[in-house]
Amino acid sequence: MIVASNLTMRYPGGFEAVREVSFTIDAGGMVFITGHSGAGKTTLVKLIATVERPTSGSLVVNGQNLSALRRSALPYVRRHFGMIFQDQKLLFDRSALDNVLLPLQIVGLPRREAIRRAQAALDKVGLLARERANPVALSGGEQQRLAIARAVVNRPAVLLADEPTGNLDTNSASEILELFADFNRVGVTVVVATHDPQWIVRYHPNVLRLDHGRLVDS
Amino acid sequence: MSAWLSQHRAALALAMRRLWTAPLNTLLSLLVIGIALTLPGVGYLLLDNLRDLGSNATGVQQISLYMTADATRKEVGDIESRLRQAATGKWRFVPKEEALKRLQKSEGMAEIVASLPRNPLPDAFVIEPTNAAPEALEILRKEIAGWPKVSHVQLDSAWVKRFDALLRLARLALWILAGIFAAGLVAATFNTIRLQVVGRAAEIELARMIGATDAFIRRPFYYFGALQGVLGGLLAAGLVAAIFYLLGEPAAELALLYGGSFALRGPGPLEIAALAGAGGLLGWLGAQLSVSLSLRKFD
Repeated sequence: MIVASNLTMRYPGGFEAVREVSFTIDAGGMVFITGHSGAGKTTLVKLIATVERPTSGSLVVNGQNLSALRRSALPYVRRHFGMIFQDQKLLFDRSALDNVLLPLQIVGLPRREAIRRAQAALDKVGLLARERANPVALSGGEQQRLAIARAVVNRPAVLLADEPTGNLDTNSASEILELFADFNRVGVTVVVATHDPQWIVRYHPNVLRLDHGRLVDS
Repeated sequence: MSAWLSQHRAALALAMRRLWTAPLNTLLSLLVIGIALTLPGVGYLLLDNLRDLGSNATGVQQISLYMTADATRKEVGDIESRLRQAATGKWRFVPKEEALKRLQKSEGMAEIVASLPRNPLPDAFVIEPTNAAPEALEILRKEIAGWPKVSHVQLDSAWVKRFDALLRLARLALWILAGIFAAGLVAATFNTIRLQVVGRAAEIELARMIGATDAFIRRPFYYFGALQGVLGGLLAAGLVAAIFYLLGEPAAELALLYGGSFALRGPGPLEIAALAGAGGLLGWLGAQLSVSLSLRKFD
């Protein structure tokens, strides 16, 4: 369960991207964060993933107050989240398989076991046949699926996606969201930031709607 | 524990891969490190060889006692009695005739000696004192100088002391030089690692966001710096060995001209290990400094 209380994020320079936002996301739930560009969706996702730290307020995940954690403890917390970034952040100097292996190397899984798990994750997103391919050789949809494989390979409790369908055609976007729904069905909490209302109609998730950093609807 | 080992193994493999996949950069860096370590390495071994030469000579602490030219056999006998009473150590009498014969045998001296109207050399004693401490030798030298019919007393270890002082000075200069080269080596590694961090900014940023610890991010760079240093050190050892191999024969010929024998000693296993170890340590230090500074921007 994720509980945010009066979460505020003020960037250096004074811009408040998120203002006193409070919400609860149940474990195993599926939540869409919506709002116009600049509403604070990306910042909120980063706050949940502990990539950013709130200026004030608290964020409690599974009973642990993440905003009170020491900096040195953050990497271990981040491993419980699977992150899918707006720009995917794929590494183009290595194969698809090596991209998926990175989170497993971070936790120190033995190589043989890591490869087995990475291949299983690639299989899940339909990319096992392209494991040796460089990400640059993949289509936009495939790149996004590769990013999803990397995010889920560590079997995270929470999957966080920031505009995962932003640059995709309708079919590819639909496939991606179907994958999220699959993970959600097996108990993974899914939080998706999107500005596209069509997916809300289709999946009926809980919605957190932001406007200028404030939560206006939930 | 197995996760920790696995991460170290992966970091080492990654560092080796980075060295291997940029052969030209690697070669140039190794040359810089190798040359930086070769110069102090050669200096150290040369001084070590010279010290060996000096310590062989230091083993013979001698006092040469020269009689006046008019000293009679009886007066020489008196000196012998005094030496016996003083229990100074071993001594050997060198009559003036024997000294002249020795001089004649020296290269280029035969004709000169033959042309002399009479033997200009005095009778002499060569004393090897039991107590070879510099102060004791000086006291003995002064005492002997006061005996009758003694014209000159020479402490033959004086040159060794001067030589030793010179070696100390050279050693200090070598340490200073080594320090400067070490700083250069650290700076070279610092820059190599800094460029790597810049080139891998995306990977570092991503790794941090998905749960990599600082240690995980730093480790491959440390291994890279240390590995590059070790390889540079081994290259330096090879260069030092080659230099000593080339110098060996001319040095032996030179020693032969002085009527002695001398074999230059090249780097042994200990020196090779020291060069590799120093390279590794300095490489690691350069990487440490570079990573610490370069990663600040990711905080």
